[in-house]
Amino acid sequence: MLSIKNLNKTYHTEEGDEVVALSDINLDVADKELVCFIGPSGCGKTTLLRITAGLEKPDSGTLTVNNEPIKGPGPDRGMVFQEYSLFPWRTVLKNITFSLELKKIPKSEREKIARDFLEVVGLSKFADSYPHELSGGMKQRVAIARALVNDPDVLLMDEPFGAVDAQTRNRLQHELLNIWEKKKKTVLFITHSVDEAVFLADKVVVFTARPGRIKEVINIDLPRPRERTSFEANAVREHLLASLGAEIQAAID
Amino acid sequence: MRRRKLELMSIASAIIIWEITARIINKKIILPSFTEVGAAFLELVSEGELYRDTITSLNYFAIGMGLAIAVGIPLGIMMGWFKTFDKAVDPIIEIIRPIPPLAWITFAIMWFGLTKYAAGFVIFVGAVFPILVNTYTGFRNTPRVLVESGKVLGCIKNRDLIFRIALPAALPAIATGVRVGMGVGWMCVVAAELFAVSTYGLGWKIWHWNSLHHMDMVLTYMLVLGLIALVIDRLFRYIVQEWWLKWQTGVVV
Repeated sequence: MLSIKNLNKTYHTEEGDEVVALSDINLDVADKELVCFIGPSGCGKTTLLRITAGLEKPDSGTLTVNNEPIKGPGPDRGMVFQEYSLFPWRTVLKNITFSLELKKIPKSEREKIARDFLEVVGLSKFADSYPHELSGGMKQRVAIARALVNDPDVLLMDEPFGAVDAQTRNRLQHELLNIWEKKKKTVLFITHSVDEAVFLADKVVVFTARPGRIKEVINIDLPRPRERTSFEANAVREHLLASLGAEIQAAID
Repeated sequence: MRRRKLELMSIASAIIIWEITARIINKKIILPSFTEVGAAFLELVSEGELYRDTITSLNYFAIGMGLAIAVGIPLGIMMGWFKTFDKAVDPIIEIIRPIPPLAWITFAIMWFGLTKYAAGFVIFVGAVFPILVNTYTGFRNTPRVLVESGKVLGCIKNRDLIFRIALPAALPAIATGVRVGMGVGWMCVVAAELFAVSTYGLGWKIWHWNSLHHMDMVLTYMLVLGLIALVIDRLFRYIVQEWWLKWQTGVVV
């Protein structure tokens, strides 16, 4: 279980201004839950994800995974970045074996594990390709495999499908759900897209405009696979759009 | 194929114009003709003299470049990765760097005598800074997302981050630095040999034949110096692209 209590984070700009990124965040995420973060740009949702990853430190408050406080990056949390983050000098297979090399797992074994994960994301044919030979969607699938190979409890995803076209995005969402159902990970997923959140999430966390607070948490109990245009989905979408709309207006004002 | 043809035609016309101009001027000391230079070249080759000169110069070059790489790359890595080290060392480097390499010749001879190491040292001074600066810049420009990807995958220690992520990411920049350094280093060969560190050497022979007013020989050695630089550069570029940086899109060096 992932638990966030009274978490605060303030940035200090070079001009000496203070920017409150996160204010009094409290959130519990159950194991195997798929949670989407949604909110206006700059509301601190990426900061929260980065703190969870251990890449940044909060000013106050606690963040625990399985009751262990987070001190830095660790193998219990994997992350997929918004930008393309594959190592360009490594082939697809070698990108996936990266963390296994650090764990000193023998070559033949780690390549076998990596090939299994490549199959999960449907890219077995591209094992020996270099990242520049892949499309944007394929790169993100490899990044997902690379994060999963470490067998983390929590998968952190920062708008991973933000840079791919709409059709690919739909397909990637399906694939993510397949993987999630197979591997049963807790997933924190940042998105700008209400559609994406409604399609994927067990739980949607809506953030307010700066300073970032949690405005509301909406549970979505619809069965999967979800019909994107069903009556129930539309109702949730409408609620989310209204909730988010007010915040985006606030961010502009 | 057409480009090749054009290149050959261009070189051929330059030779013809050279030959005609030389015959019109008709003074060997102002401009020896192509045929005279060709004859001088063949003579030097058949006597084995050109071979010994080339070996001698390449020997200085190898000493200088070897040292420049051995110092420039590690120092660039340290400065690029460790901010405190950078702040401590940078002022010294910025004072030494603008001194033209040739200004070091007197000290080179004082320190190393009239030996190949004196010549090597001057070449080292010329080559080390481009290598250092490019390595440094390459390290500084390591994409943040790659470093963070490494961290969340379990690559935490500085040593791992440097050798597994920053160094491969900086390889294109380092290759450029070595290439520029080789260019500057080769220029320093001629100047370093001026001081009679040996009775052989391509640069030394320019001065030797100049003092005897054998301008056809002087021009021959000039052309050989250019040709060798061209071959070294092409060879290096080929090796880098085929072996080192095969993972890259397009051409960087």
